[in-house]
Amino acid sequence: MDLARLSLQEQAIVALAALILFTSFALLAQSRLLAIVKTFAWQGALVALTTALVGYATRSPHLYVSALITLALKALFVPWLLYRLIHRFKLLREQETLVHSGTVLLLGTALVIFSYHVALPIEQLAQSSTRPVIAVSLAQVLLGMLMLITRGKAVSQVVGFMAIENGLFFAAVAATHGMPMIVELGAAFDVLVAAVIFGVFFFHIRDSIDSLDVDQLHRLSETE
Amino acid sequence: MAALFLTLLIPLVAAIALAFVGGRPWARHLNAYACLGGLLASLWLAWSVLEGGPVGGDGSEFYVDAFSVYLLALTALVGWTTAIFSGPYMANEEAHGRVTPHRMRLYHASFQGFLLAMQLAQSTNNLGILWVAMEGATLATVLLVSLYRTPQSVEAAWKYFILCGVGIAQALFGTVLVYFAAAKVLPDPELGLLWSVLNRHAAQLDPVTMALAFVFLLVGYGTKVGLVPLHNWLPDAHSEGPTPMSAVLSGLLLNVALYALVRVKMLVDGALAAAGGHPPQLAGYLMMGFGLLSFLVASLYIHRQRDIKRLFSYSSIEHMGLMTFAFGVGGPLATFGALLHMTVHSLTKSAIFITVGHASQIARTQAIEQIRGLIQTQPAVGWGLAIGTAVIAGFPPFGVFTSEFLLLSATMQSWPWLTLPLLVGMVVALAGLLRHLQPMVYGSAPEGQRAVSANMWPVALHLALVLWLGLAIPGFLSHWFDQATQLIAGKGLL
Amino acid sequence: MVDILIDWLVALLQTLAFVVLAPLFASLVKRVKCRLQNRRPPPWLQPYRDLRKLFGKQVLLAETASPLFRLAPYIVFAVTVMAASVVPLFAVDLPTAATADAIVLVGFFAFSRVFLALAGMDVGTAFGGMGASREMLVGALAEPALLMVIFTLAMVASSTNLSTVVTALLHQGVILRPSLLFALLALLLVAIAETGRIPVDNPATHLELTMIHEAMVLEYTARQLALIEWAAQLKLTLYAVLIANTFFPWGIAEDIAPLSLLRGMAAVVLKLALLGMLLAIAETVVAKMRLFRVPGFLALALVLALLGMLSYNVLEVT
Repeated sequence: MDLARLSLQEQAIVALAALILFTSFALLAQSRLLAIVKTFAWQGALVALTTALVGYATRSPHLYVSALITLALKALFVPWLLYRLIHRFKLLREQETLVHSGTVLLLGTALVIFSYHVALPIEQLAQSSTRPVIAVSLAQVLLGMLMLITRGKAVSQVVGFMAIENGLFFAAVAATHGMPMIVELGAAFDVLVAAVIFGVFFFHIRDSIDSLDVDQLHRLSETE
Repeated sequence: MAALFLTLLIPLVAAIALAFVGGRPWARHLNAYACLGGLLASLWLAWSVLEGGPVGGDGSEFYVDAFSVYLLALTALVGWTTAIFSGPYMANEEAHGRVTPHRMRLYHASFQGFLLAMQLAQSTNNLGILWVAMEGATLATVLLVSLYRTPQSVEAAWKYFILCGVGIAQALFGTVLVYFAAAKVLPDPELGLLWSVLNRHAAQLDPVTMALAFVFLLVGYGTKVGLVPLHNWLPDAHSEGPTPMSAVLSGLLLNVALYALVRVKMLVDGALAAAGGHPPQLAGYLMMGFGLLSFLVASLYIHRQRDIKRLFSYSSIEHMGLMTFAFGVGGPLATFGALLHMTVHSLTKSAIFITVGHASQIARTQAIEQIRGLIQTQPAVGWGLAIGTAVIAGFPPFGVFTSEFLLLSATMQSWPWLTLPLLVGMVVALAGLLRHLQPMVYGSAPEGQRAVSANMWPVALHLALVLWLGLAIPGFLSHWFDQATQLIAGKGLL
Repeated sequence: MVDILIDWLVALLQTLAFVVLAPLFASLVKRVKCRLQNRRPPPWLQPYRDLRKLFGKQVLLAETASPLFRLAPYIVFAVTVMAASVVPLFAVDLPTAATADAIVLVGFFAFSRVFLALAGMDVGTAFGGMGASREMLVGALAEPALLMVIFTLAMVASSTNLSTVVTALLHQGVILRPSLLFALLALLLVAIAETGRIPVDNPATHLELTMIHEAMVLEYTARQLALIEWAAQLKLTLYAVLIANTFFPWGIAEDIAPLSLLRGMAAVVLKLALLGMLLAIAETVVAKMRLFRVPGFLALALVLALLGMLSYNVLEVT
């Protein structure tokens, strides 16, 4: 596909997709919890903006609703909740010790290449002008998983979890211009409940190990 | 349709009501009655489906055919008996101060919420709603796993939440891909996720996209089924949560996840068979591989367990692996066997967990080494555990033997060489279970070990049903299974 | 024949302009910075006066200095001038364009860096060795990123020839290319690190323990110091022109008609002025980072460059 043949909105969508990918990498590289939450909020806002733009470019008004939900949930509510909890637990200056941060970033780029290859056959079928974005959304899901794996703090794990959700939502927008409304509402409801339960969990974890360092949760193992 | 709405409405109303009054002493009776109501509604639904064919379908958001209605009824049945068991069990826990009335409210509301999610997953026609319901089931149970608020239980719940959340995310990606494939075939995008519509157009769906979608769906729902290597959350969640939770997790949640997997397999098979070029049984091969791996790994892990609930949760992984394998093999015989096995495994495993709950209350621990002389202390519990274990290990004349025999002969028919690892795995698992079981039920009880108030008749009911299914499957039931087999495998067995 | 001669003349003029105007660019950055920090700026021509003064002084050599130490400034300056000759300043398609390969340009930079580092170690002082080791650290991390940026550009324009790249980007029309966005960001970071600006190094002082460039050239005096300073200013200008002309190629002369040449010159002066002001503002608002964080800074550049390359492949050509 030649980028030059796309309209300006579609080019903007592609550029936004690249920026979203960048925020995923930024999440991987950040070590301060507060910075992680802020980056996540930006990612949510970018996803919402992209959704709205796709809605505009493809004239599907229901995407505006999804964009609004995303904005409210991913860019405002969840970051606000995490921010409150960080305040509450006095983690403002907390840093994550990143092990092998360079390797993780390189692994991240490898994942991008991998998802590109996985998404290639799908993209070839897509008539949509924004089809290259599918690979980016898959990469975002995988990068979120990578973040979940490499992080030890509960807050960053939650952000990783939510970043995966962002990627999934983005995939739906990019590949099929959103899911049926009822499914999107259901998924948004699940995210909302998950966010609240995560909040509850922070208190439980803090009560049980006196810290939010999930790495210290290692009582259960196969070999006792 | 009315029966269907009733099936969903009762748990919904009960969940909301119990969220307010769940802490009262009589709430557990309300819980059980609500489950009974749900059971009656689902039986009504089952009867109407058997008489009049599938409910819903095509344009509707709901679709209940022979396959899902039998699981709906099973879910309601196990939910009801577990609710009956949970009454005195949780009262005992409350008396020992392990839970507060406040948490009992959470417990009851979550229990009904979980049942609602299960029934919704099995009655919806929309693959997206199916996903939402599966995620909802995780959300409903995650706070139950950490109900006791011990560091271990919090850890298990966190693990459960994160692993299942990530896993189920993959399933959503797969669902998006299915929708994507459907969007190219169907004119109306609103229909693009309805299973009955997709199934009718399965041959036109793009095979590459569907194959890719299946890989993601297998990883996603496979996490919930507990397939190795995605099983890590399962033993932890089962062992740390309250016992009724373990019973429904093992008996129901795993089934429903497998149900979701089989549903999408049917679509993928249709797409691949029509396309040619690709291995038409790709989905089946993948399921066989993961199923066999889970089966063998879990049967080995059974030997190393020291916690009685972990022991039986590995047994669950083993049996889920076996069923996944059987659905992967396909064909009427294997499918019939797998459906039967789903039923008997649910009944037996929930009965075992109920017994295990009593056993660990008697011994005041879940450590296998410290549970001794159950028959001496409380014969009903001891014998219940002994018989239940024998049943799950596949002794004749119980239903598990019948279904495993069917599965073995189906394997012998189409993949003779794979019969060998199956047999080995069964023997290894049998040895592992009996090895742990023997000192627990026989032997002399430690000083001061006393019987607890136990309600064993749900166990007796389940085991009797399994025995009945082993001796002779009643005509209406075999007809029912056969209808489901026809749906899944294309042609019936009988 | 005359055409070819004029071509060569313009090419020569271009290189000469580079060499002559480089101190002016450094002066601009310094002046804007002074203004922003409420200091009185030095006169516009101060860098030239400094150079003249240094050229007039007597060379003092350390006793332990080897011939390499004496030779290094000339090599560094010459190589940098050669690098300047391949970067299109105000016109493309000049005769030097044939050698204007971006990878050669990276080679030139590496070449001069090696000699600078060798010279830094040659005298055997602690500062010189430290500076050399730091310079190589920065270089080892910045170079891959720079190459990656160049590869991205090369993929977009299907050539590693700078002149062709500039022409291709000039004619691509209005396209939002995420790959170029990332490449630009990466190149900015690399440029800051390579030319020793804040936050990686502070060019205004040689009294900091964490200095890099200044530590290496601490032992130089007189004309040798002048050459090295001049080469450093030239390198800064080179990077600025590289950024300005590849990513914002508008206005550059595509033929050697006097009018378009004039337009090209005006355009590049404007672009450089803007870029210089941006640099000054950035240096004013950003604090210098600790040396240990420099690898992280450059890793960011590398990831950005990688992302640029990936987004070209993933997003733009499928």
